[in-house]
Amino acid sequence: MKRYFHNFGERLIVGLLTLSGTVTSLTVLLIVFYLFKEGLGIFSMSPVEEGTAIAVNKQNPVKELSASQLKEISDQNITNWQQVGGPNAPIKLFRIDDITEYYSEEELGADFEFVPQRINEIVTKNPNILAFFPEEFLAKDFPGRQIFLDNISVADFLGGREWYPTITPAVRMGVLPLILGTLWVSFGAILLALPLGLATAVYMAEIADSRVRNILKPVIELLAGIPSVVYGFFGLVVVVPLIQDIFGLPVGETALAGSIILGIMALPTIISVSEDAMRTTPRAMKEASLALGASKWQTIYKVVIPYSISGISTAAILGIGRAIGETMAVLMVTGNASVIPDSFLEPVRTIPATIAAELGEAPQGGIHYKALFALGCILFLLTLIINVTVDLVSAKKRENR
Amino acid sequence: MKITKERLFRKHAAGLLLITSLLGACGRGDTNNTAGNNPDDITITIKGSDTVLPLTQQEAENYMQKNAGAAITVVGGGTGVGISALQEGTTDIAMASRALKTGERLKLKGAKKNVKEALIAYDALSVVVHPENKVNQLTREQLEQIFTGKIKNWKEVGGNDEVIVAYSRETSSGTYEFFKEEVLDKKNYAPGILMMSATGSIVQSVSQTRGAIGYIGLAYETEDVKALSVSYDQGKTFVAPSVEAAKNKSYPISRPLFYFYDASVESRVKPFINYVLSPEGQKIVQDTGYVPLS
Repeated sequence: MKRYFHNFGERLIVGLLTLSGTVTSLTVLLIVFYLFKEGLGIFSMSPVEEGTAIAVNKQNPVKELSASQLKEISDQNITNWQQVGGPNAPIKLFRIDDITEYYSEEELGADFEFVPQRINEIVTKNPNILAFFPEEFLAKDFPGRQIFLDNISVADFLGGREWYPTITPAVRMGVLPLILGTLWVSFGAILLALPLGLATAVYMAEIADSRVRNILKPVIELLAGIPSVVYGFFGLVVVVPLIQDIFGLPVGETALAGSIILGIMALPTIISVSEDAMRTTPRAMKEASLALGASKWQTIYKVVIPYSISGISTAAILGIGRAIGETMAVLMVTGNASVIPDSFLEPVRTIPATIAAELGEAPQGGIHYKALFALGCILFLLTLIINVTVDLVSAKKRENR
Repeated sequence: MKITKERLFRKHAAGLLLITSLLGACGRGDTNNTAGNNPDDITITIKGSDTVLPLTQQEAENYMQKNAGAAITVVGGGTGVGISALQEGTTDIAMASRALKTGERLKLKGAKKNVKEALIAYDALSVVVHPENKVNQLTREQLEQIFTGKIKNWKEVGGNDEVIVAYSRETSSGTYEFFKEEVLDKKNYAPGILMMSATGSIVQSVSQTRGAIGYIGLAYETEDVKALSVSYDQGKTFVAPSVEAAKNKSYPISRPLFYFYDASVESRVKPFINYVLSPEGQKIVQDTGYVPLS
């Protein structure tokens, strides 16, 4: 009887473990599927704000405009039709909010029922007009010519250099500065954290005596417990002014500030994982090395590090993963300017910071929303590539041994 | 062996997190805003501008303390979000940090809404610089050129030879939109502008960066930053930001804060709006750093 229960309990546990494994894998797949489904939707969307019509006078020879030309026009950097392939005449901008400058409230009708007709009149009367207005006021007998923009292409999205996700009438979605910003900050962080972390790990595993280790270990683990927003605040108040002073910069919110903060945040992971790995080196191997006359340092870099290299690569993956995905601290210290950085001493905008700062306002299902999901996909692919590379490298190392 | 164990652990930890978040998502209740059975019970949903959010929260809290039957839910999200929620009928009151745009009025008309507005307070934006900056005043045109990246050095506007570092709020902020429409004449910000996620960060950064310029709500002004006088008439008169100047409309960068609601729910929301407009409600306006109506 007792045996039966024992068996039953064991089966139950095995069943639960299988179930949890299956559920976990399915959830991960589901999330990835959802991420890509939403993200890839952006490539079937027009950059023009939903429900907006863009129109010109019939006589105007300009048949197409790009999103970047529309932005330059509304910024008044392009003011003449000649610059976009039309006649030599100034561009007259008309937004629906301007309609009250042309007509009184009565002329628009109590329920705005005359608005389509009035827009027809305005577009006919002004040969140089470029009008933006809601599609529902597009009359059936509209006398002007509507302009349609091409959908956002993959090349535009990945290679574009301008990130203006909320401008009207047509958004600019170029994520190149964001991708480069993310890579730049993460690269700097790992450059700082990896050597420092490994050195600390070697010291703690091989050199420090147990008393020092017992103090050092909890202190380092404490670093992992500090919330990231506290790191961000520390960065903004201490690191940013310091960088500004040391390098004599006009502004301290730079990629370097982000890298330093992220480096500190990645340290505890790198140290504890790689130290654990080093401590699993069998005593016999180390003693054999010492017995052959190798010095302590030779033993460390010829025996201990090669033996624990897979653990060290895991530490590196986890560290990079933390650096690429970290949001709050970076949002606070890197300045978030969407420009392509050419040095560590310039402000950058990272992908996680962009998603965190903008997702709250992006209307669900709209183009901005989909663009942020597409950014999520890019972030996912970046981490995937790094993980696979490091896995391959450490597998290769193991083979060689 | 070591690595597989670690992988397993990572997988499971991630799985647990995902499951928890999924469960959380399931539990999200729908915000149904039907009135309770008791006629004294009022349920109001308010949605919209993040600028008005702290004020409305404070008002709602005090109001609910006085009226035990009232339940007011206040949600942010931005002026545009509030107005589209009003159009869809998912909120009773839309908070707004600007008047309705013509396009929005047309849309609301199309949705058969008879929208009424209540002006509840004013808010003023201060343009702030580092306290050691020599410049004391700027015209609107100069501000526009600074934030669109045409003026890059303080010496072009009468200051020291120092690079201008312009700070802005994030795109999700109503303040960002207001500053763009009002000061930048609807032009877009320069791409190199630094975007901060909170007004507090702008104050912090401006106070520690010598060439900095930024814009903040009047209520956020501190000793660590210097507010500039602004001219809207090509430099004839400069006005310094203050509650008084915003009240008598001589300070140009100020904006009205509104509640919009549909006439069909007027009887339900009117008591709360009347409370906000009462002397007691207007005192809360002053206390939370906005400009009262009178």
